[in-house]
Amino acid sequence: MTTQNNSSLERNEEDVTGAQALIKSLLEEGVDTIFGYPGGAIMPVYDALYDFLDQVNHVLTRHEQGAIHAAQGYARVSGKVGVCFATSGPGATNLITGIADAMIDSTPLVCFTGQVTSPLLGTDAFQESDIVGMSMPVTKWNYQITDADEITDVVAKAFFIAKSGRPGPVLIDISKDAQFAPTSFKYKKYRRIRSYLPEQPVEKKSLIDAARLINQAQKPLMLVGQGVVLSGAEKVLLQFAEKTGIPMASTLLGLSAVPSDHPLWKGMLGMHGNYGPNVMTNECDLLLAVGMRFDDRVTGDIKTYATQAKVIHVEIDPSEINKNIPAEVAICSDAKKALKMLLKLVKDNDHTSWCNEFIPFQEAEYEKVIEKDIYPSKTGLTMGEVVHQVAEATNHDAIMTTDVGQQQMIAARYFKFKNSRSCITSGGLGTMGFGLPAAVGAAVGNPAKTVVAFLGDGGYQMTIQEMATIKQENLNVKVIVLNNEFLGMVRQWQELFFDRRYSFTKMHNPDFIKIAEGYGISAKLVRERDDLSIAIDEMLAQEGPYFLEVRVEKEDNVFPMVPSGATISDVRLGPNS
Amino acid sequence: MQKQEFTISAYTENTIGLLNRITIMFTRRRMNIDSLTVSESAIAGISKFTIVVKDAEERIRKLCVQIERHVEVLKCFYHRNDEVVHQEVALYKVSSESLLSGDHIEKLVREYNARILEITPNFTVIEKTGHKAETQELFEKLNPHGVLQFIRSGRVAITRSNIEKLSEFLKERDRVQTVLDHNN
Ligand SMILES: Cc1ncc(C[n+]2csc(CCOP(=O)(O)OP(=O)(O)O)c2C)c(N)n1
Ligand SMILES: [Mg+2]
Repeated sequence: MTTQNNSSLERNEEDVTGAQALIKSLLEEGVDTIFGYPGGAIMPVYDALYDFLDQVNHVLTRHEQGAIHAAQGYARVSGKVGVCFATSGPGATNLITGIADAMIDSTPLVCFTGQVTSPLLGTDAFQESDIVGMSMPVTKWNYQITDADEITDVVAKAFFIAKSGRPGPVLIDISKDAQFAPTSFKYKKYRRIRSYLPEQPVEKKSLIDAARLINQAQKPLMLVGQGVVLSGAEKVLLQFAEKTGIPMASTLLGLSAVPSDHPLWKGMLGMHGNYGPNVMTNECDLLLAVGMRFDDRVTGDIKTYATQAKVIHVEIDPSEINKNIPAEVAICSDAKKALKMLLKLVKDNDHTSWCNEFIPFQEAEYEKVIEKDIYPSKTGLTMGEVVHQVAEATNHDAIMTTDVGQQQMIAARYFKFKNSRSCITSGGLGTMGFGLPAAVGAAVGNPAKTVVAFLGDGGYQMTIQEMATIKQENLNVKVIVLNNEFLGMVRQWQELFFDRRYSFTKMHNPDFIKIAEGYGISAKLVRERDDLSIAIDEMLAQEGPYFLEVRVEKEDNVFPMVPSGATISDVRLGPNS
Repeated sequence: MQKQEFTISAYTENTIGLLNRITIMFTRRRMNIDSLTVSESAIAGISKFTIVVKDAEERIRKLCVQIERHVEVLKCFYHRNDEVVHQEVALYKVSSESLLSGDHIEKLVREYNARILEITPNFTVIEKTGHKAETQELFEKLNPHGVLQFIRSGRVAITRSNIEKLSEFLKERDRVQTVLDHNN
């Protein structure tokens, strides 16, 4: 027995360098893609990677911010952990925005940064930056390795932490000497950490209490957050909704968890969400919030938010419960597990008449906003009609990424989703520059689908260099810039709340078509409505990347709108109402 | 907002950087730390942070659950002052000349239950343990006689309940882990 054990142990152990141990650890975790950018302090890792290219794909982006947003896009479409590499100093600091974005949007990432050789730590060495210190507030966990023997264990721990419980980004900083040093390779995945409990066992009582409230409710409303997607609860959510007859509305990150054409799905919540769900939040008698965290863009003024309703909060992160909105019943759990158990306890029900109360709001929004957005009668093109037509032309089957601003809200409102994990957008951080690199990751993470990226003329220019990555990898990404020659969302606020004083929001843009062509990507500019649908068809017919610029109305606004800090049901459908 | 003094006890793994991770949680909320003590707890390998802050209970509660969210934090409790027995140590340095030139200092040492730690030809070090107000009062009394240096430690505190909360917690955590392993 003992001899056998020893021999199997020996077979596992293998003399390698720290850098090789790192790559082999990634393979043990099933990593198939790395997004990254090399540099001095991470060269040993890149050198080791060179021997494993038959087993793992590396995408060279054109900026580390591109690498991390791509890793986010990859993680969000695939449900796997996104991985990226960067060098020390500026390479590492360039990751920070993406790490912060992944932290607030609960995206599982493991980022590896090279670090100066350990004797130089703390001496202001060339390209030394304290990335562990800097990333501390925006990582779920981080760690600096200076000893090669720690690598396998720390990588295993990093992956466990990134994907368990409420997912999030982890950063591992590895000094160059640890990458070079000899070590032995033996990998063991993590299953638990003494100080970390990623989930709690669900309390029976809270389930029973919740089921009772659900069964008694006359006007229940279910809020669907990204937790539904992260826990893979899409199917059980629908079973639950159909059994109980409860209407649903999604947060921005919860979009695509429910097919947009489902009769019980009433739209998006929040500042630019749909009229019905926002008003009904303050009309319902029960709010069943699943896998969401009552962000202020969703709640508006919390003092007036759903005060008439009882709140059931299903949420895996205990620190989110009772943080913004107090819960009558809290179920601290993974959304899927909670819904599965609740499904058994709730009665078949029908809330047709309550659901019908949404109709006048849907009709008013359609008449005052939606129709004008997607079937405009004015001359200028609208963002809404572009999004609507692209969505229809892709049969709602594409993966959509967006940047941040007006185009993001319009895309979120009008794309309409068929498949889960098909809406990739920066929610909590609102990071301009996210959309294009996220599309890179989305295309790599789900090569079977077309990826359409809706970008503003401002945000596109923040990470425009990733056009080169798209070309080099020949990705099926359709880049659509909705050009209003403004930092549109800021301009909208200036118009509505700052007396139309357009302080630094007007942009004189370069020739985007020439630029795209310079990158070797076919491009088309559309200025007239008559050219739009042909251009869209042409774009979708083309294999691989394509660039479409649409000149839209310069000073259109996104409505409905709940001004920041206002009561969520005080929805404005236009500038004057 | 009703502000009140709380003692926060966070039990953590003993790892590099954790002090930083915890203090930035206070910085983010613009909470001033009045006192901070970190040392190994009764359980080997587990550190205990004792942090004193004045704030509204609701904010402290939310802060503590967010501290607990950190991977290397085992548990974070908070207590009102009446729920804990707490103590601070203060050291006072006076010149030996002023100690010997009369009986004022000696009287104060007796009266305040302080003790003399060290006497050299040049200076004398006096130690007093107590609540902040008490060590402060002695400082004010000694100061007219010339205090050369004065230093006060952070608070250490122990709960009034008769069991060590952490060992209870660790037992419960073990049980929960077993349930979870079983379910998964
Ligand atoms: C990195 C970053 N900087 C600034 C902002 C603030 N901001 C939010 S929306 C917006 C305007 C975006 O303009 P554009 O990309 O053209 O999109 P549009 O709103 O016109 O669709 C700005 C500047 C931000 N969200 N992110
Ligand atoms: Mg714009």
